[in-house]
Amino acid sequence: MNPYANVTQLRSGLDNGDFSAEELSHFYLDRIDAEEDLNCFITVDAEGVLEAAKRADKAIADKRIGPLTGIPIAHKDIFCTRGLLTSCASRMLNNFVAPYDATVVERLKRAGAITIGKTNMDEFAMGSSNETSFYGPVKNPWDRECVPGGSSGGSAAAVAAGLAAACTGSDTGGSIRQPASFCGVTGLKPTYGRVSRYGMIAFASSLDQGGPLARSASDAGTLLNAMEGYDPNDSTSAIADATDIFSSSRALKIGIPSQYWNDLSPSLTKVLEEARRALESLGHRAVSVELPHTNAATAVYYVIAGAEASTNLSRYDGIRYGHRTASPENLEDLYQFSRSEGFGSEVKRRILTGTYALSVGYYDAYYLKAQQIRRLIRQDFLDAFGEVDVILTPVSPSTAFKREALIEDPISMYQQDIYTTPASLAGLPALSLPCGVSDQMPVGMQFIGPHFGESSLLTLGREYQSETDWHALHPADNHD
Amino acid sequence: MTEWEAVIGLEVHVQLATRSKIFSRAATTFGEYPNSNANAVDIALPGVLPVLNGEAVRMAIKFGLAIDAEIASSCRFDRKNYFYPDLPKGYQISQLDQPIVGRGTLPIFFGDGSIREIGITRAHLEEDAGKSIHTAYDGLTGIDLNRAGTPLLEIVSEPELHSAAEAAAYFRELHGLVTTLEICDGNLNEGSMRCDANISIRPKGAVILGERTEIKNVNSFRFVERALKYEIDRQIAVLESGGKVVLETRLYDSERDETRSMRSKESSDDYRYFPDPDLLPVEIPDELIESVRVTMPELPTAKRNRYIHELGLTDYEAGRLIEDPHGARYFDAVAELSVNAKLSANWILGNVAAALNRDEISFVNVPIAPDQLGTLLKRIQDETITGKIAKSIFELLWTEGGSVDGIIESQGLRQLDNTGELEGVVSQIISDFPDQVGQFREGKEKILGFFVGQVMKATNGKANPKQVNEILRRELRA
Repeated sequence: MNPYANVTQLRSGLDNGDFSAEELSHFYLDRIDAEEDLNCFITVDAEGVLEAAKRADKAIADKRIGPLTGIPIAHKDIFCTRGLLTSCASRMLNNFVAPYDATVVERLKRAGAITIGKTNMDEFAMGSSNETSFYGPVKNPWDRECVPGGSSGGSAAAVAAGLAAACTGSDTGGSIRQPASFCGVTGLKPTYGRVSRYGMIAFASSLDQGGPLARSASDAGTLLNAMEGYDPNDSTSAIADATDIFSSSRALKIGIPSQYWNDLSPSLTKVLEEARRALESLGHRAVSVELPHTNAATAVYYVIAGAEASTNLSRYDGIRYGHRTASPENLEDLYQFSRSEGFGSEVKRRILTGTYALSVGYYDAYYLKAQQIRRLIRQDFLDAFGEVDVILTPVSPSTAFKREALIEDPISMYQQDIYTTPASLAGLPALSLPCGVSDQMPVGMQFIGPHFGESSLLTLGREYQSETDWHALHPADNHD
Repeated sequence: MTEWEAVIGLEVHVQLATRSKIFSRAATTFGEYPNSNANAVDIALPGVLPVLNGEAVRMAIKFGLAIDAEIASSCRFDRKNYFYPDLPKGYQISQLDQPIVGRGTLPIFFGDGSIREIGITRAHLEEDAGKSIHTAYDGLTGIDLNRAGTPLLEIVSEPELHSAAEAAAYFRELHGLVTTLEICDGNLNEGSMRCDANISIRPKGAVILGERTEIKNVNSFRFVERALKYEIDRQIAVLESGGKVVLETRLYDSERDETRSMRSKESSDDYRYFPDPDLLPVEIPDELIESVRVTMPELPTAKRNRYIHELGLTDYEAGRLIEDPHGARYFDAVAELSVNAKLSANWILGNVAAALNRDEISFVNVPIAPDQLGTLLKRIQDETITGKIAKSIFELLWTEGGSVDGIIESQGLRQLDNTGELEGVVSQIISDFPDQVGQFREGKEKILGFFVGQVMKATNGKANPKQVNEILRRELRA
């Protein structure tokens, strides 16, 4: 069995009886065991996945086959899964077994997917290196000294290492796209409102969006198709007409924003330029485009995300569930110690800065100002999409960096997000896909599209991947 | 000596009578087992999201229309952040600066017939918190989240009330209005309406407001009046003794009839309000407002005017009848059937009110359907039965039910107005009491009552009193 088989290949293998869902699950479970060192998983649900696999095999035999029937996937531990630990990689929720399934989890189940486990991540999705997890850092399968990116680091590494067919992730300021780029996989952050947030533990409500990490744009589209859609349980979920996941190929105008390309290192510029030429050779036209407020995006992002997080995380008070300090003297102690012990330092930093940004006397200067600039950033994109169909940018200023390289330097760590936060602030869909290597580490590029324009991104990605092999590289090639 | 004036503004929290909560599908029924009406959203599990209950919006609009206020075409929900054990999310979803209902007015009526229009600054939607129970467990506090997420409409008045009595009248009027609108069950004992009062004192005629205090959570008409009366007197005493009123929150202790300082407001809390990103701005199209408008019942003010000017009731009768919208509705039905508003009002404020009082029930549970009481009053007017018989049928209907006409027929209570039959009874009585006949003929007119009594006794009260009088006078004079 090929650990790097994509969903289409797995689908035909299962349907043709080349292997059963149960065999496939065993295969991945064995690989997860063998790759324990990567620390991709917080929970492995061997019993659950094998049971579900048996049911899937029965369904396949009965020809009741959904697009993902019998295909083992893993969920980022930010998604509530009934009966399974849902920790958000925090000591705070180290004892929290969710009593319900997130809408995303439920919909993927309905499409036939079976859940093999819950992947590691940065605590409460706050981090760009997967080093803030209570369960320890995830290693990058391409170089185990390096980080896999974050916050969906466990999901990206698990797909890269062939531990699951695909994974879910969540992206607030780049948390799907940057780890996808660091691990050489394809990750999609959908339009804000396309995928329900119900049951996905909130970090920053106006930015959070669930999406897939997969082996290809094609697989990402298959997963998105299962995950997306209006959800009455999420007031911010969009009532959009069902849009196609892929569209027919046509010649696109691809915008190249100088603000994303000018400061790029020579080695990454080389890779990105080559990707641009490859796209042009497919018949698309690259033109320059201006996104003048890009520089402010990271600062704006950290103000808004912090502000929202500071109140979203107020519910973790040690009273109804989650970590509670031992023998508090009084209510004040109960709050203070439960939260001090339950949250890690990055989470505390964001709660503190967010609280500050919302405080009387600072609200106007920080939160309100950030919202104003957010509107300008959004307008930049709306203007740009008047001229181009897709915007091509790097995903990250670097390839995967060494563990502990940035963790003590939050500002530099935050700068990792400069190319991913603008699309988040504007609520736009963005696809991260491998486009080369630099120093033997994967490099990703980003397609940003207009609202609900996923189909052009995925179609362009599929086209690119049919002509190139970067997405088919996997870490084993390094060791061979 | 300075003449003082009190300046009072009330913030009334009205629990809206929706079946489910404002942001979750859990039921709002009162008195359930602790935490049985609290679902994943109410207990703020990780990952849950609020979804606005459209019925709460409609109810708020209904209130806005009733006070002739502007309904916001777009409004917003904000988070009010603070930690408290019975506040599961660590914030309350409320409306800070874009309330659903803008400025309006509420006329209040006083016993002497005078009217004052009180300004309402705004009314906004928010969620209620749960309850902390400190008594049930030794050394521990229980949390009951059944109430958490119950929709509230917070109605803020202008500081235009100038006495404890006015404040109580305003609270009472508001109670009448929200129950008439059927947006609140009005059950004060269950906390369906809770009142916070802001109060300050200034020399009469002064423009600048004095320092205020806030009295929290006064939940009955009587306590509002008593708490404010106490607080007005206290503040005047402080000022007259040369002291200063301190900005603070005070609690009313109904057992000792006094207010006590609860906490100083000097270090004002920072609630870090900001727009709730889980909820989109609420757009309120004109069509929605119009669809609510057509469901508006007759409002208390219009009802009062109709009772007085069209039906000829007194101020007092009108006021008493509209106090309870169920009572007013009962009256309307009875008056229509009986075709006599005055008689209906007399019976409802007399016999019906007395029986309700005696049995400790309210108009919701009147055992006599309005059509039966209406028929009863009709039978009095068409002289089928006497007033006396009507009273006894009323008791029978109250305790055993049945139909008025059925009871009249089966028990033979039809008024005796057959002249021949009555003449027979009268002549028998005249021959039975020769002494009394003599007295009458000697000019002792008063003795007529004795004869009427005898005729009623002989006919079991069924005789038509008018006819009895006529026949008696004629026969006695003969």
